[in-house]
Amino acid sequence: MKILVCISKTPDTTAKIAFADNNTKFASDGVQWIINPYDEWYALVRAIELKEVDATTSISLVTVGGAEADPIIRKALALGGDDAIRINADSHDSYYIASQIAAVAKEGGYDLIFTGKETIDYNGSSIGGMVAELLDLPYISLATKFDIAGTTATVVREIEAGKETNQANLPLVVSCQKGMAEQRIPNMKGIMGARTKPLKVVEPITIDALTTLASFDLPLAKAGVKLVSADTPEELVRLLHEEAKVF
Amino acid sequence: MVLVYIDLVEGKLKKSAFEVASYAAETAKLLGTNAYAIVLGNSTDDLTSLGKYGITKVHTVAAATAFDAQVFTKVIADAATQLNATVVIFSNNLNGKAIAPRLSVRLKAGFVSGAVALPDVSNGFVVKKNVFSGKAFANVAIRTGVKIISLNPNSFNIVVVDGSAEVIAFATPVDVSKIEITATNKVTGEVLLTEAEIVVSGGRGLKGPENWGLVTDLAKLLGAATACSRPVADIHWRPHHEHVGQTGIAIAPNLYIAIGISGAIQHLAGVNRSKTIVVINKDPEAPFFKAADYGIVGDAFEVMPKIIDAVRKLKGA
Ligand SMILES: Cc1cc2nc3c(=O)[nH]c(=O)nc-3n(C[C@H](O)[C@H](O)[C@H](O)COP(=O)(O)OP(=O)(O)OC[C@H]3O[C@@H](n4cnc5c(N)ncnc54)[C@H](O)[C@@H]3O)c2cc1C
Ligand SMILES: Nc1ncnc2c1ncn2[C@@H]1O[C@H](COP(=O)(O)O)[C@@H](O)[C@H]1O
Repeated sequence: MKILVCISKTPDTTAKIAFADNNTKFASDGVQWIINPYDEWYALVRAIELKEVDATTSISLVTVGGAEADPIIRKALALGGDDAIRINADSHDSYYIASQIAAVAKEGGYDLIFTGKETIDYNGSSIGGMVAELLDLPYISLATKFDIAGTTATVVREIEAGKETNQANLPLVVSCQKGMAEQRIPNMKGIMGARTKPLKVVEPITIDALTTLASFDLPLAKAGVKLVSADTPEELVRLLHEEAKVF
Repeated sequence: MVLVYIDLVEGKLKKSAFEVASYAAETAKLLGTNAYAIVLGNSTDDLTSLGKYGITKVHTVAAATAFDAQVFTKVIADAATQLNATVVIFSNNLNGKAIAPRLSVRLKAGFVSGAVALPDVSNGFVVKKNVFSGKAFANVAIRTGVKIISLNPNSFNIVVVDGSAEVIAFATPVDVSKIEITATNKVTGEVLLTEAEIVVSGGRGLKGPENWGLVTDLAKLLGAATACSRPVADIHWRPHHEHVGQTGIAIAPNLYIAIGISGAIQHLAGVNRSKTIVVINKDPEAPFFKAADYGIVGDAFEVMPKIIDAVRKLKGA
């Protein structure tokens, strides 16, 4: 089985969110970049587990980004990818990014494409569905479990009222979230090995974006907390009822 | 025309359906046009009632019963094209997240997910969306003729008007799904976390699952859903579906009550869109107080029983 895992880079979860250039750009100075947690903990680690069960499985990684994404993709290789492709382009538009990934996927002929649930910076939750439509493949979103027997996948996905088990034949696109796998730490052997694994840089195909990010805003600061003494907790209930009117 | 996809949960209309219906009607008003809805599958609720949220026509495709994003996308694309929709609206809920991006590709229509306000049509078509897990907003311009928006749940107030919608069967082929649904596992009898107006949540400060009565008793009195921090789910004090935050569920209730939760940035990422935040923590330095509207610095084991009592009195329960 050939698996393609979509890897994106995001600011560290504790990074300060600030904007530059008249609020048109994320202020990335001094920001530490990480692999998007959903891509790393759930999509990539589940792919690695599938390979541990069936050694004929191969794991390719793809990222759309500039050279600053290289350390991220190397880290993903250290965790357990076999090879990686970086499409040398920077864009916020999901359609543009998905089109680039779909072009690579078409060429590689993958059986299974994993994405994360969403990027924790842009929060699009869109790339997986878009790639699936571009390739005319079934899409199972927000999966919490994935198993394979032959060419039939059994996937558990989240639904509004609980969980649902789906079965579908490969090829398939799946977006991954909590439950799929557990976070792993790369070991020394993996880190050393990653240096020699192939990382191919390709130029993007020509695609017009469908949207433009015009500007960013920060939410208004909170007025500050109103503290109630621990000796009179019932006063909190009165305030919530009469002042905030929330119940 | 503005077309809104209305999701059925177990054949029923949920709160998010009324939110997107209102959002579609208000968007249509801005554009000087009508709002129509499309409903797939069989509804046990009366669909003419969508008129109360400003929808004039409801197009139904009863044959599309089992959810499959690929199949549903084709049906909605047919409707959008035949009915000349210029804007298609979804809830940014689980099914919306599966269909809307596919539809964007199929119609080559620019898509903004996670909108939190009506589009600004004064100069182009700009949609405000949540980014950085609720820590900021981005204003995104859609450049294509047809536009797709998914609205974050609990971000738009329902507008009730006087009206009744006309329900019309929409004839279109429904493909055979390549996905077979082999089992469903329902969480019943609880308030859905993403739809709840009030959420009561507990963290590691509660010391163990045996103390969760402090959370669940209050939740029951308030008709609230219950949630927890990530470590609490990881150590199996509470089920995984209750975990909120960066890697869990993102919620935006009217009231979020956090008990014994420190307020780490990754936790806040899932709850910072709540309208009113109440924090109960014994550590005055807990970062959660910075994000809170009301708080008590105190021991949850002493404070909570008194709060529960006061609410019980208030509710006359
Ligand atoms: C990439 C990443 C993603 C993450 N995603 C999430 C996520 O989605 N959701 C999430 O929640 N976390 C997430 N985390 C973890 C997060 O950083 C925190 O570790 C976690 O939220 C802490 O949980 P807690 O507040 O329950 O526990 P603690 O940090 O242990 O805090 C317990 C709090 O309880 C208080 N307390 C103790 N005893 C009492 C008492 N008797 N009465 C009142 N208060 C008391 C303490 O003062 C303390 O503030 C993530 C971390 C990373 C690195
Ligand atoms: N620039 C990118 N390169 C590769 N994969 C990406 C990129 N952006 C997003 N993805 C993948 O698509 C998923 C959903 O992203 P999004 O739709 O932006 O929330 C992520 O979890 C990644 O797996």
